[in-house]
Amino acid sequence: MRNLFCKSLVELAANPDFVFLTGDLGFQALEPLRDELGKRFMNMGVAEQNMISVAAGLAKGGMRPWVYSIAPFLYARGFEQIRNDICLHHLPVILVGNGGGYGYGVMGSTHHAIEDYGVLVPLPSMRVYLPAFDSDVRELVRQLMLIDHPAYLRLGLSEQPKWLSPSPFASWRHMLPGAGPTIVLTGPLAGGILDALHQSGISADVWLVSELPIAEPPADFLASIRRSNYLLVVEEHVAAGSLGQMLARQLLLAGVAPAKFVHRTALGYVSGLYGSQRFHRLECGLDPSQIVTEIRRAVA
Amino acid sequence: MHLTPELLLKARLRLLKMHYESGVGHIGGKLSCLEILMVLYHEVLEPNDIFILSKGHSAGSLYITLWSLGLLTDDDLRTFHMDGTRLSGHPPFQGIPAIPFATGSLGHGLSLAAGLALAKKLKGLRGRLFCLTSDGEWNEGSNWEALIFTRQQNLNVTTIVDLNGLQGFGRTRDIANLEPLADKFKAFGVRTSEVDGHDLEAITAAVGEDIDGPKVVIAKTQKGHGVSFMEDQFEWHYLPLSREAYRLAVEQVSANA
Repeated sequence: MRNLFCKSLVELAANPDFVFLTGDLGFQALEPLRDELGKRFMNMGVAEQNMISVAAGLAKGGMRPWVYSIAPFLYARGFEQIRNDICLHHLPVILVGNGGGYGYGVMGSTHHAIEDYGVLVPLPSMRVYLPAFDSDVRELVRQLMLIDHPAYLRLGLSEQPKWLSPSPFASWRHMLPGAGPTIVLTGPLAGGILDALHQSGISADVWLVSELPIAEPPADFLASIRRSNYLLVVEEHVAAGSLGQMLARQLLLAGVAPAKFVHRTALGYVSGLYGSQRFHRLECGLDPSQIVTEIRRAVA
Repeated sequence: MHLTPELLLKARLRLLKMHYESGVGHIGGKLSCLEILMVLYHEVLEPNDIFILSKGHSAGSLYITLWSLGLLTDDDLRTFHMDGTRLSGHPPFQGIPAIPFATGSLGHGLSLAAGLALAKKLKGLRGRLFCLTSDGEWNEGSNWEALIFTRQQNLNVTTIVDLNGLQGFGRTRDIANLEPLADKFKAFGVRTSEVDGHDLEAITAAVGEDIDGPKVVIAKTQKGHGVSFMEDQFEWHYLPLSREAYRLAVEQVSANA
């Protein structure tokens, strides 16, 4: 997604208010943007707290700042700057966190972002965007350039199956209609699971959520749960502050309660060992093969 | 409106009255920076300039200064610290157009000022940025990040340090000693001067001096300045004014004017 992200921003570089701040990251990825933006591309050094507050000042001064780093270096290191300087003032700063979930794999726990939207969604006027596919990126970047509120964009590696032509980016998307269990996915993880379901021949009703806090669930989604009486939510994020929690609340408010609710989430570091993104997903039961097994159990 | 000794006295008395009526503390650090704020707003700031109060716990002095300019009213000041006020204990994020950013957690203001200065630079707009920090606030690493950034980008940001030597729970030299502080700023390549923070002319000259790029003015001040029993006394960082303390403070401030 990162190269597409860069390419999409290059297309918007003519906007004189657009300024891009990076926390000393972007080697072999952001060079085209740097070359295009000139003095509006700023390497802010390894100083994320300053970078985020500077972005707030820039936005207050009428600029349109995008702030880029490895995800936790933004939302964890600079949380108070995000809260006080950006969100309290409803400023249109776009925070871009690379490596959502276990995206940085064996690089280790300091680089993982498994509680990012859980800590950001509660902040005033903050909205979180979770593109799932490469095909989401260009349109989403165009939309974000125009928003009037703080935003966090969680980037990962697209796992878009070759056979899939997703509908345009939206907060709720109905990905696969099916007569079986109701499934909610988010982020790039969705690609692999959709592919595994496609190959398994299981008939599941699969939905994709790409924006938080979640909008009111579509009527068709509620109807799906009433019919299937089974809801599975899969996300590369810990349970606290998760999409699953937010969704459970929405469902209770709507008076809809499936008999069976299964929530697959990031679980931290189960064995205490490190590995690829796939290794960590497997430890958490998030791998597409494990999800298919879970759904087969439900169908049986 | 230029800053006269009479106007400063009026502001100091109004500050004491506001604190007495509201029954809240933080008066010591407000008295240490009142001259700085009054000089800034009456002598230095031009229409395109922006000021950020990074030491948000001195919001009361900022409110009094805005009152002295007619930007807040007596009715506003009477609500200070009360339920339903716009005048919270630290600068609010909305409700007072002259205050661009909520501050209070230390170590934010200088970065915010840098961002505003950078926006002006990128947009080709006129105007300078001024930021008042406390001295204890330089315990915060983010301030040093901001200082390095203003130097690197040669931003037109003037930082004023209210050097009163006392912080939240003790003397600055006993907690994270940075003295001599001026040497630290100079080591970062930032133009640095030191002035008596209660000398109106000295502050005006140092703060108002136009240079291209960042500068720091260390204003040597006294916590509780102008009230003998508060001067340099740590507890007046927090204590509210009793009726007797208020009477004595007004008497001394008036006599010293």
